[in-house]
Amino acid sequence: MFVRIEPRPEPSRVMKYCSPLIAAVLMLISGLIIFTLLGKDPVQAFHAFFIEPIHDLYGIGELFIKAAPLMLIGTGLAIGFRANIWNIGAEGQMALGAIFGGYIAIIFHGSSSHFILPLMILCGAIGGILWAAIPALLKTVFNANEILVSLMLNYVALLLLEFLVHGPLRDPNGYGFPQSVLFSDSAMLPILIEGTRLHLGVLISIIGVGIGWVFLEKGFTGYQLQVAGLAQKAATYAGFKYKKLIWIGMLSGGITAGIAGALEIAGPIGQLLPSVSPGYGYAAIIVAFVGRLHPGGIFLSSLLMALLYLGGESGQMNLDLPSAVTGIFQGLLLFYLLAADFLIHYRLRLNSRQRENG
Amino acid sequence: MNNTPRLELQGMTKIYPSVIANDSIDLRIYPGEIHAVLGENGAGKSTLMKAIYGVVKPDRGRILWNGKPVVIQNPAHARKLGIGMVFQHFSLFETLTVTENIALAMDDSPRLEPLAERIRTVSADYGLPLDPERLVHSLSVGLRQRVEILRCLLQEPKLLIMDEPTSVLTPQAVRIMFDTLRRLAAEGCSILYISHKLDEIMELCHKATIIRGGKVTGYAKPAEETAASLARMMIGKELPICSGKRPVISGRKCLQVNDLSTKSADPFGTDLQAINFSVSEGEILGIAGISGNGQQELLYCLSGERLVDDKNLITIYDVPVGHLNPDQRRNLGLGFVPEERLGRGAVPGMSLTYNGILTAHRHGMVKNGLLRFRKAAEFAQQCITGFSVQCGSKDDPITSLSGGNMQKYITGREILQQPKLLIVSQPTWGVDVGAANVIRQAMIDLRNNGSAVLVVSEELDELFEICDRLIVLAQGRSSPSLQVQDTNKEEIGLWMSGMFPGGPKEKTPRTTTQEQDGYVC
Repeated sequence: MFVRIEPRPEPSRVMKYCSPLIAAVLMLISGLIIFTLLGKDPVQAFHAFFIEPIHDLYGIGELFIKAAPLMLIGTGLAIGFRANIWNIGAEGQMALGAIFGGYIAIIFHGSSSHFILPLMILCGAIGGILWAAIPALLKTVFNANEILVSLMLNYVALLLLEFLVHGPLRDPNGYGFPQSVLFSDSAMLPILIEGTRLHLGVLISIIGVGIGWVFLEKGFTGYQLQVAGLAQKAATYAGFKYKKLIWIGMLSGGITAGIAGALEIAGPIGQLLPSVSPGYGYAAIIVAFVGRLHPGGIFLSSLLMALLYLGGESGQMNLDLPSAVTGIFQGLLLFYLLAADFLIHYRLRLNSRQRENG
Repeated sequence: MNNTPRLELQGMTKIYPSVIANDSIDLRIYPGEIHAVLGENGAGKSTLMKAIYGVVKPDRGRILWNGKPVVIQNPAHARKLGIGMVFQHFSLFETLTVTENIALAMDDSPRLEPLAERIRTVSADYGLPLDPERLVHSLSVGLRQRVEILRCLLQEPKLLIMDEPTSVLTPQAVRIMFDTLRRLAAEGCSILYISHKLDEIMELCHKATIIRGGKVTGYAKPAEETAASLARMMIGKELPICSGKRPVISGRKCLQVNDLSTKSADPFGTDLQAINFSVSEGEILGIAGISGNGQQELLYCLSGERLVDDKNLITIYDVPVGHLNPDQRRNLGLGFVPEERLGRGAVPGMSLTYNGILTAHRHGMVKNGLLRFRKAAEFAQQCITGFSVQCGSKDDPITSLSGGNMQKYITGREILQQPKLLIVSQPTWGVDVGAANVIRQAMIDLRNNGSAVLVVSEELDELFEICDRLIVLAQGRSSPSLQVQDTNKEEIGLWMSGMFPGGPKEKTPRTTTQEQDGYVC
């Protein structure tokens, strides 16, 4: 070994907040190198990826539509992550939210009641909570690892959704396509700004982030979660109830993912499909970490992540890039963030002593 | 004695990013000399020793070994030169035998049977008998230290470094270790003895180098000095003394522990066996004993971090609390300062203010589930001023405090809540003299105001200074209690080895045990 890894005596506090920016810049540079290697003009690619999608009001509306579930779920996950409770199951919890919310829309199809939308959101939340309660229960009772349980339940949830839209919830007049009926207007979120698709769900998500901010930064429970994450022995010493904190940490992710699922189908999608999310539940994990588990940071990082989704679509259309490009950018961002965080706490040293000894 | 120093340090300097640990330190030690390095915690003693032993590299300065300059590359190199070191914290494998542990530390891999024979001979020779076949986890702390010392002796060192060796020993065991060290010195071995205990240094050492804040503040012949004059050099001012206690007011019984027995969760921990004691209002009860005799386990049960099966085994003002968690016990008036400060008593990564909320939140810092930051900030400020905590501001991270200041802050946080019962574990471990004084005074004041105080400590001096009554914990059993004025350190020292009425060694007088020579604990 010529390089040694040693802890830094005092990790820089400034760098802790700069590392998401550094990660974003490195992601950009790597992306441009990849474009060049693929034979694309990097300037043109950059424009197509990052400027083109948001050059007009409609584009900015799309940005917020994509960012809304990410910021909402990211905030919910951050609540658990702060206490080292790792809910990786937001994708499945979101699917359950969509199923529960969508079921309401389907059984009240044709009704014009004003209560349908609130009921859909409420049931979506319940669906997400129930799905997140499974790993929480298994962890508190059997000490089962919540990462594995919540992750595996994602696949169960997605298959359940697929089963339902292929079977019981399929539109009988839909020529056999695996999809539900198109929701009535009363089950659709109203558009906020004319000329865009910006819907009420975006506002609800931003409010959700605000509530999360108050909960985490001003609330006593948020404080307890933070203590449990930083030093579990100190939480025990203070007498904070760790099991209660596990439930709160898991269910906060479940409730936000469930609501986000209901908002997706009542907003841009408008019906139940075999897939209701392009991986928002996973991307929200990256969003939460890039946002430093702070709701303000999560708001900003959700916009960046949304731009990657839009850029990926635009890149496919304008530059003939493969659809995997969005995933590559997400991966690069997380990779650089983890590397930057590591280098805040550790430094690399050339091992000169080895050579002296011969 | 010849005139070439065995070891000479010239201008040793070690700079860490945040602090100059050693600032051009000169030190000279001759063959056969017992040389004390005296200084408060954080004065730079350990860094200096690590530089000699090749663990850290000095930034500047020279080391002369028998008059010739050397650069000590690493501990193996130091051992080859003839330098041995007994660390304050042991590095032994609990599941291996004494012989295996010693063999592991040797640079060539020796055969075990001859080695065991050598251990037997050398240990008997130096009056430190030790069974080489025993597994380390079954050894008391004193015997473990003996393993560490033997490990060095087998290498026939020319210089032996001892880092705070007596903190784990009973007074009787200290005597034996001093005899061994004197004999080694008579054979020509040089000994560097690191300590902050003035009486030991005055008794044992020929010369002393005193350091403060990384710099040498004086050289002395301890025998010609007084404790006061050494202390002045060590802390830069007169040794402070705590102001007196009011006569004992016999108040109501506050904490009562009845026949508490537990199985330790740690396989190498200590099981508690029928612990009995009580603490009343207006008194300080001290629990003496060497660490590892059940203190950790007892404190976990008392604080509520571990729940007890039968809730009646522990009562506070006759209310059974065995089933209550720490938060609920605090509502009944409990305050607790654990011996682990960072990570248990305080949260690293949080500010002083936020660390105040940890246990003081019940005093108006939470309203409708939201934190009241102004209240928390006021409380933190009160803590800082009332206990003279040296810090930048209440918004600084708690990790920026030194050990002593952190302990003052944590103790202050618990005392300012006016507990009816305060439990403090190792109140002055690694704390400088000034801060130790503040903490002891605060406990005495709390007692004078009618609270019950329980102190668990390894330092007998400290217990005799502040306590009204003492009990001893040995191998998970509690002794009867003694009034401080009716006993002395010798008796408590014996009791610490388990020789008290009802204690683990009661029926086996000292001559028949294999730990026969009082080096027991």
